[in-house]
Order: sequence, then C-alpha cells, then structure tokens
Amino acid sequence: MNFKQSFSLALKSLKTSKMRSFLTMLGIIIGVAAVIILTSMVDSMKQLMVDEFESMGTNLITVNITGRGGNRTVNPEDMIKLVEEKDTLAAVSPNITIPAYMKNGNENQSVSCIGTSENYHEINNLEISSGRYLSYVDVERRQKCCVIGSYIAKSVFEGMDPVGQIVKLNGNSFTVVGVAAEKAGSTQGGQDDRIYLPYTVARTLTFMSRISNYSFSAADKDRLDEAISDIEEALYKVYQNDDYYTVVSVSAILDTLDELTGTLTLILVGIAGISLLVGGIGIMNIMLVSVTERTREIGVRKSLGATPWNILSQFVVEAATTSGCGGILGIFVGIGGAYLLCSMMNMKTIITAGSVIIAFSVSAAIGIAFGYFPAKKAAKLNPIDALRHD
Amino acid sequence: MIELRDIYKIYSDGDGEIRALDGVNLHIDRGEFVAIVGQSGSGKSTCMNIIGCLDVPTSGTYHLNGTDVSTMNDIELAHIRNATLGFIFQQYNLLPKLNLLENVELPLIYRGMPQKQREEKAKIALERVGLLDRAKKMPSQLSGGQQQRVSIARALAGDPPVILADEPTGALDSKTGRDVLDFIKKLNQEGTTIVLITHDMSIAEEAKRIVRIQDGKIISDQPGRRATYEF
Ligand SMILES: Nc1ncnc2c1ncn2[C@@H]1O[C@H](COP(=O)(O)OP(=O)(O)OP(=O)(O)O)[C@@H](O)[C@H]1O
Ligand SMILES: [Mg+2]
Repeated sequence: MNFKQSFSLALKSLKTSKMRSFLTMLGIIIGVAAVIILTSMVDSMKQLMVDEFESMGTNLITVNITGRGGNRTVNPEDMIKLVEEKDTLAAVSPNITIPAYMKNGNENQSVSCIGTSENYHEINNLEISSGRYLSYVDVERRQKCCVIGSYIAKSVFEGMDPVGQIVKLNGNSFTVVGVAAEKAGSTQGGQDDRIYLPYTVARTLTFMSRISNYSFSAADKDRLDEAISDIEEALYKVYQNDDYYTVVSVSAILDTLDELTGTLTLILVGIAGISLLVGGIGIMNIMLVSVTERTREIGVRKSLGATPWNILSQFVVEAATTSGCGGILGIFVGIGGAYLLCSMMNMKTIITAGSVIIAFSVSAAIGIAFGYFPAKKAAKLNPIDALRHD
Repeated sequence: MIELRDIYKIYSDGDGEIRALDGVNLHIDRGEFVAIVGQSGSGKSTCMNIIGCLDVPTSGTYHLNGTDVSTMNDIELAHIRNATLGFIFQQYNLLPKLNLLENVELPLIYRGMPQKQREEKAKIALERVGLLDRAKKMPSQLSGGQQQRVSIARALAGDPPVILADEPTGALDSKTGRDVLDFIKKLNQEGTTIVLITHDMSIAEEAKRIVRIQDGKIISDQPGRRATYEF
C-alpha cells in the first residue's frame, strides 16, 4: 500500500466523522494559531519600535548624566568643545525637558517643553513644516522664541499659520518661529505635543537648571563605535567612574531590542508549544479509541495480507493527516487573528514565513510522534484476536 | 500442499483447559474440495484459522507448500495470507467505509499492484460474481447474499491457489446459499483448492471429501456422495 492510498484513506476517515476530527484537531489548531499570532505580534511590535528608533536617526548617540559627582560636572560648553575636537562627532545638542504651562485662551494647559540647541532637529531627524528651527543666534542671545509640534499647531492655532504668533509659557511670551512636521500622528502627549526652546532660555524657566541629557550625532555611521568611545573617554576623564553616565546609541538600542524580542518570541512560542503538545495528546487519545473501534477492520486487513508495517503506516498517516489538517486550519486562524489584532492595535501586520513553516511542521511531526504509539499497538494485533473483536 | 501434523490448540481458563483441537492430522492436496463438518464448538473454525495462518497451534506442525509455518515471520505470513490464501467469512467482513471495488482491491493493494492493474483485476473479480454494475456502491447498500458475493470476489481477486470459507452460506437463505456454493464449486473445477466449513450436510455432500470433527478430533474422513457424479 503506497502513501497516496493511506493518505486518501485517512482523509476519508476524517470526512466520515467531521465533528470528532475537528475536536481532535482543536488543540493543534489553537497551538499553531497561537504560535503564528504571538510571533506576528512580537514582530509587528518590534517593527513599530524599530521604525520609531530609526526615525530618530541611526547616527544618534544619547548621553545621560546620572551621577552627582560633587564638583565634577560637565556643562554644555565642554560638550560643544568635544564635538569640535573629535572628527567622529558632527554635532551636539544639550537637552533639558521642563514642565510648563501654556496659556491657551483662558485655560492653562500642561505642555512638555524641551530646551535644545540649534542642532537638535538635524541630530534627531526633526523636520520643519513651516518657518525654521531655532538658530545659533536664538540660543546664544537667549531669544524667547520657540518651535511648536504639529499637535500644538493644530489644537491651539486651528488652521492659522502659527509662525510669528505668540505662545505664553509660564507667564513668558515666546514667538513661534517654526512648526515641526508631524511625526507620530499628532496625538496629545505624543512626540508632536511638544515645544522646542533654546536650552539657554529653558534652563532659566526651571529650578533644576542642570543639563543632564545630550544628543550627539556621529559624523559617520560606520564610525559610530569610535564616536561612542570618544564621548565615554571624555566623560570618564571628568567623573573617573562610568556609573555616573550612560552613553547609548540608537544602533545599540536596536541590538538590545533584537535580543529582547528574540527572547520574548522564544518564551511565547514555548507557551504556545504547550498547546501543541496537548493537541498531540488529544490525537493520541483519539487514535487509541480509533484503533480499538477498528480492531475488526485491522483483523480483516491482516487476513487479506496487510503486514504490520502496512497497518502502522496507515494509522500514522491518519494521525499525521489529522494534525496536518489541524495545522493548515491553524495557519488560517493564526494569520486571520494576527491581522485582526494588529489592525486593532494600529500596527502593520508582519507574519514571517518561518513561523508559519515551523508551526506547520511541528504540528505534522506531533501527529506522527503521537500517532506512532497507537499505530504500533494496531500493528501488533494478532489477526485472529482482531477478527473476533467486536 | 496443506499438511497438519498432531495439531493441538488448548485454551486454558482458570479452572480448566479447553482442547479446541486435540491431535489433528490432516493432509489436503492441490485441487481438493474439502468440507469440514461437525457440531458447534467442535473446533472447525479453530482448525480453519490455523490453516489460514491467522492463528497458531499450541503444539504440532503445519506445513504449507512444504514450508513449516512456525518458522515464518510476520511479513512472510502476511505474504502467504495475501497471495496463497483467500478467505471467505461467515460475516462477510467487508470494510463498511470502502465501496465494493475498493474492498475487492484490498488484497491487491497489499500485494503492491499498481492502481490501473488492480482496478482491472478487481473489476474482473466483481464481474465474475455478477456485481460489476454496483462497483461504486457501499457494502451497506447490498443484501447479505450480494455482500457474500463481494467477499468471494475479494477472496479470488488475487488468484490464490487456496480458498478457505468458514460457513460462507451460514447467514444466507438456502437459495442464495446454493448460488454461492455453485460458484465455489466452479472455482474448484478451475483448479482452486477449497476448504469449506458448513453445518449444512446437503452442502457438505457436494464436496469431494468430507472431514468430520468432534471435540477437536477428526472422527471420519470420506468422499462426498454427490461429488463423485461429476467425474
Ligand atoms: N479464544 C478462545 N478462548 C477460549 N476458548 C476458545 C477460544 N476460541 C475458541 N474457543 C473454544 O474452542 C472450541 C472450538 O471453537 P471453534 O470456534 O473452533 O468451534 P466451531 O466448530 O467453529 O463452532 P461453530 O460451528 O459454532 O462455529 C469451543 O469450545 C470454543 O469455546
Ligand atoms: Mg465456527
């Protein structure tokens, strides 16, 4: 008996008891669908973050000063000097985030203000949709001017051109010189709900005037590591302790992200794998029942010349067909589910061929593995005992 | 070609033992038509199952075509059942999920015959029992007599030299039973060795040789009365 024969026989026996076959497959369907959905969610989420980070620029290096090293400290001037000295570094912007209240009509609304240098928009890939970004002169002369995010432009100025208008922050009037292009859907509290000021002005608006965040851009993407070590070297000279600062590049974050999502995928797939295992046990269970029910059939087949191998392969193929069909259904459910969930979360759906292939082959393998034991039992039956069975 | 020597089949259950076969010696030659008769429980089926390599004796030797069956492994036994022996059961034993043609094809499938050839052979076998026009029907759509004819077609599809029939007419009325018997007689005339178990003496009389079993022993072995007329 060839494979095709066993296969069509297996399909036939699946068709004759649809409900039972479906219930048998359920574990496999859920398992395969779970693997596909979970990996797709992780991949899609990861892509979302990668896009976000890459939009910040892959040349970006972020420095955070965490230590309070007494007299030892760096100030913006030191950092600007560092950029001038090292040809691995292109630009730097000292950043200071301050909470502020913006007067909008009669209301005061809380808004996130970032004090930056004139280089910030280039370092962070911030595009300007109208007007200009802050200039060297603005920073140097501490001009009370600002660039506003697209959300603020929309919500406060409602269609009017904001350039040249005044916004009131903590009681001070600032002239709007430019509007940043939309970056993240113009939502409240997002990247577009921001106001950019000269850092020299921003630090006068808060008690915490120390600047502890700098964004650098590396001159050359391929010399990113060199640029990072240049910065670290300079900081170590000051603090004599690398616990006092962190130097992080977007590329490094992306690497970490890769590792993190890899682990996450493994864990989630492991959990989904348990469902596949349970599905396999379900198949074994139903195959054992099937062997018992069909003992007489096995006897007849043996009396007609079926070898133990014929019987074994018949039942293994049947189990594999069951789990394989379950696997295919699971793939459809999984792909559908992934699209549904991702669209509910406003993410682009990513389904890798690898996850589909792995999920399917594991499900088929489980059918073979768990079908083997009942099949072996059937193959070993003594023909006369099987024939007498009813 | 069939040679049973001192065959015992003993079932022991708790308090005692049942000697289903109690020292049977039987020799059947090629082309014979042997009817085995005896009371219920006398050991006819047990004997037949041993001849058919479906069961093994507790002791004694069985030579089939000169080979000691006890020395064969599972695969060799399967080949013997497939190519040398054809079974006809009292309960037909057709597979309910396969249509008639597929049922008749089964022994040919296990022989590894390619699809086209075995379909052809199965059709010829169905034609011989007069059921070719129902080849695509399911067994449950047939009467008992028709089902038995299908099981005969299945037994002879692979042209086995020996056909073993355990009460093939037992579940049929006397008219259909006679049709089936006539067919079996025809097979014998074409050279097939037949071993047939029956309760019905009028059927046994048609055989060339009647073997009577009682309590696991052969008590008589004589030529059939009517069979002689044909030669
Ligand atoms: N598997 C078994 N276990 C125990 N005893 C058995 C078994 N098979 C058969 N026997 C016993 O062996 C004896 C012979 O049985 P067998 O089936 O050969 O009788 P038979 O002549 O075919 O009867 P019938 O005409 O009713 O079919 C009986 O007493 C039966 O109870
Ligand atoms: Mg019997």
